[in-house]
Amino acid sequence: MTYVVTDNCRGCRFTECVTVCPVECFHVDDSMTYIDPENCIDCGGCVPVCPVGAIEPDYRLAADKKFWIDVNRKRAAETPVISARLPALSGAEERRKALGR
Amino acid sequence: MTIASVAGASAFQIAVVGSGPGGFYTAEALLRSAVPLAIDMFEQLPVPHGLVRFGVAPDHPKLKQVTAAFDRIARTPGFRFIGGVAVGGDVMIDELRASYDAVILATGADVSRCLGIPGESLPGIHHAGDFVGWYNGHPEFRDRCFDLGHEVASVIGHGNVALDVARILAKTADELRRTDIAGHALEVLAESRIREINVVGRGRPRQTRFTARELRDFLELDECDVSIDSRDVTPDDFVPENPHDPEMSEKLALLGDFSRRSLTRRKRCVFRFGLSPVAIRGRSRMEAVVFELQKSNSIEEIGCGLCFRSIGRRTAPLAGVPYDDVRGVHANIEGRVAIGASVVRGLYVSGWSKRGPSGTIGTNRGCGMATAEVVLADLPELAGQRTADVKPLFDRLRARDRRVVSYIDWLKVDAAEKRRGAPLGKPREKFVLVSDMLAAMDS
Repeated sequence: MTYVVTDNCRGCRFTECVTVCPVECFHVDDSMTYIDPENCIDCGGCVPVCPVGAIEPDYRLAADKKFWIDVNRKRAAETPVISARLPALSGAEERRKALGR
Repeated sequence: MTIASVAGASAFQIAVVGSGPGGFYTAEALLRSAVPLAIDMFEQLPVPHGLVRFGVAPDHPKLKQVTAAFDRIARTPGFRFIGGVAVGGDVMIDELRASYDAVILATGADVSRCLGIPGESLPGIHHAGDFVGWYNGHPEFRDRCFDLGHEVASVIGHGNVALDVARILAKTADELRRTDIAGHALEVLAESRIREINVVGRGRPRQTRFTARELRDFLELDECDVSIDSRDVTPDDFVPENPHDPEMSEKLALLGDFSRRSLTRRKRCVFRFGLSPVAIRGRSRMEAVVFELQKSNSIEEIGCGLCFRSIGRRTAPLAGVPYDDVRGVHANIEGRVAIGASVVRGLYVSGWSKRGPSGTIGTNRGCGMATAEVVLADLPELAGQRTADVKPLFDRLRARDRRVVSYIDWLKVDAAEKRRGAPLGKPREKFVLVSDMLAAMDS
């Protein structure tokens, strides 16, 4: 198994997850973070710290979100590792409220 | 190689006490700062990694891959591992404070809490943490005896440690044989006669502290069924208050599933809810735990020859460090050790000994970063305050008959353990005696 970042991250990118990842398995692009499934050790520490609940274990994803498993694998291979928190994207707070979080 | 030659003569010298996640992630954050500094990490055992080695269950090997991150931190210029040196024994806190610009305590939470009920000192009742130390090959617990010749065991507590203990008791020797479980523990567990394990807590299913992830492991046991005593619960207990909390929803769904399972196999693990322990009964050894049922205020006894308390841990107090008795940690204000509102200059705390035993391994990374931040903010003010050099301290430590262990020494032990494990199909066969660890460093 692994953990997966899903659509709620897009446009927020709070990166609280990065701070608590013990193995630096988060990657980042302009819109969101991704988890490298090869390096993730399944500790689950990132799940409760995400302000928008974007991260889930792969087995718990709804059927219409399963494609995020492949997206994370592919984008993690294409993007740089992020080892320290970044400022959230502009508009992240509004989006968080819109998501009801 | 002196510290000065690694990080420059003007570098700050910082001591970190403890080599678990709390210590390593604080060191990482400090070493990544632009401030020139060198870190000496003190560890009382000859081997590093704290609870990753001695706490994480042997059947959770993926979590232990985090040690690759610790190895990477240990290779950073300016980092030194000082193993086999007990702070509070071989060297006192005041001596460290005099010799370093800053001292950071990351000593974990080693002291198990007691129930505080009559009969608790009877043979047969143990701390879950002692059992964990024993099956994980901690030298201090090597000689503990756990009598697994009884048919019924109880674990008191509804956290992840309680689940670890219950699961290790529930597994067959074959399920554990290819893990890094200590050889002595595997031998004893292979002869276990335990057929029923009660996992008992005061709260309702919604109040349990264990995670869905740990609970799921119980669906994969070879010879053990899992169930819930139907007297303890109502269907409402499995309905989450917030349906948008996926972790709680999964946990309650799993427990609901457990409550509908039939018992067909040799062993069973029964989850009990709403039971408060009030006494341990027995003559020369424990025979039963007496509980008060919260629903009815009536009394129920669970007969068992073995019982593990798993109701939390606190930090061991350290001479020269103020202690917060309420929280069970070194007294601190956001990482700065403090007596009341008054900060103790140059003394800090990180990890479980700062905030108590909570979160996952990575929680300590955020915690370590936060402590590093306050240390870095204080360093300019601490500059030049040191009254002693580290050299006389190390001259004295090296003059002892016991070795001061380096990270290179540890890597030799690490390699030797992996070699020992290979023919057994184990990721490693741990050395459990300190003398064997030290001998492996010379081979």
